[in-house]
Amino acid sequence: MEHIANIVTDGLDVKQIRKDFPILQQQVHGKPLVYFDNGATTQKPQVVIDTEARYYEEYNSNVHRGVHHLSQVATNAYEKARITIAGYINAADPHEVIFTAGTTASINLVANTMSRRFLKPGDSVIISAMEHHSNIVPWQIACEETGAILKVIPINDRGELRMDAYEAMLDDSVKIVAVTYVSNTMGTINPVQDIITLAHARNIPVLLDAAQAIQHISIDVQALDVDFLAFSGHKIYGPTGTGVLYGKKEWLNKLPPYQGGGDMIKTVTFEKTIYNELPYKFEAGTPNIAGGIALGAAIQYLQQTGISKIQQWEEELMEYAMQELRQIDGIRFIGDAAERSGAISFLVHNIHPFDMGELLDQQGIAVRTGHHCTEPLMDIFKIPGTVRASLSFYNTKEEIDKLVAGIKRASAMLL
Amino acid sequence: MTIQEIQEEIISDFSVMGSWEDKYEYIIQLGKELPLISEEFKTPDNLIKGCQSRVWLHTELKDGKLFFTGDSDAVITKGLVSLMIYVLSGHTPQEIAAAEIYFIDAIGLSSHLSPTRSNGLLSMLKQMKLYAIAYQAKINQQ
Repeated sequence: MEHIANIVTDGLDVKQIRKDFPILQQQVHGKPLVYFDNGATTQKPQVVIDTEARYYEEYNSNVHRGVHHLSQVATNAYEKARITIAGYINAADPHEVIFTAGTTASINLVANTMSRRFLKPGDSVIISAMEHHSNIVPWQIACEETGAILKVIPINDRGELRMDAYEAMLDDSVKIVAVTYVSNTMGTINPVQDIITLAHARNIPVLLDAAQAIQHISIDVQALDVDFLAFSGHKIYGPTGTGVLYGKKEWLNKLPPYQGGGDMIKTVTFEKTIYNELPYKFEAGTPNIAGGIALGAAIQYLQQTGISKIQQWEEELMEYAMQELRQIDGIRFIGDAAERSGAISFLVHNIHPFDMGELLDQQGIAVRTGHHCTEPLMDIFKIPGTVRASLSFYNTKEEIDKLVAGIKRASAMLL
Repeated sequence: MTIQEIQEEIISDFSVMGSWEDKYEYIIQLGKELPLISEEFKTPDNLIKGCQSRVWLHTELKDGKLFFTGDSDAVITKGLVSLMIYVLSGHTPQEIAAAEIYFIDAIGLSSHLSPTRSNGLLSMLKQMKLYAIAYQAKINQQ
């Protein structure tokens, strides 16, 4: 019974919370599932699954179109989800919350529209060395099409941004800074407030990729004064294929439309189309209605659980995990930042991450192996990939013990 | 032995292994033991790029039969590469091109041949078959 004491923390009853996630109750290869691939996607609480199902069972109908009852119910639920999300990140206006298909879609929206209106030869875009491919490639495309230059903030050997180098990069050629809040590979929490303040001193807008932050850290877009914030629904306990782009109204109004189609227009003639207002200007076509509503339910679930309690438990878990993992013979961490959240990347001796991942899987432990869509970062560390364990508030210290034992067992077999 | 007989032999060997540890320890041992490929053949041309582990494959035609050597940087993949080579190496291009490979599935490692795993083993098998077809076409022309 000693582990029961471990999983009941101040106000957050992890044992109870785990009951909300049906998928966690299963066995894999005959062992209880230990899910440490939360950085790739999080599991869904029953309320999210039910919300999505209820939409199709009770009020499936297209939004913003019909005068009939069901369409009204669906529209109300969809717009209520937008208000919930706006409240969660403290947006000044729900119309600053654009529903997208995910972080990738959100960043592509900004990169594409930004490049069409604001980028020209000689301009530059700043990203960082620890970006996910989805915050690299859209900007490479934008730069290729406009003749702008991509500049990359370097990192130190602990996997932290070199803020001195960043500051030196900021000049009048820079049209946007797009960086990740939390590294998906190393778990580094970047000093985003400083990044924004320094950029704003030169009137440069900042986009934060919050895909790995939104589920772990309380975010207030007004306090941060961030211009754009992108995240995925499926990484914050919501459905796949959902996501959000937050943008300050002044910026969203300045940007041209992204995709053309239904819902994003006011009037269409063959001569001239008048575009709709925010947020619909950026929401062409029938959206993922069920997904958006269920994402709202996921965020309400987190709010009811308490984001500060979640953050507190996850910090405790992270500290415990690092302390226990450090005991493993031959382990080295890829990224060992002072401020970290979510992900832990490591290698053990010269064991290939793929071999480690496969033997952990055999023990019912799900981790991610490979380059984590951060190939440039792997090149900096001169490694082909890592093993990544990424935590969520439904994980327990007992599971971390299993991970440590699993790594030791796999190492003994592979060495 | 025919390709089918070799596969049956491997399946029979694996069937007596009780636990996942036994199975993997055997594969890891194969991966560690076999000096699969001479360094001179570990060229970019012979590299089959998988998402997670790299696999090299070298092919030679001798007396109408194809001989494969290979390697991988991941030891489990390397063990499976050596099994695959054990099954297919030393047969005629025609036999290799026509062979149905079912032992990976039968020994419970089908995930290694699924496209989602992208570990290079599936690509290697495809490459072996492509070589066999190409050599077969060449032989037919002569």
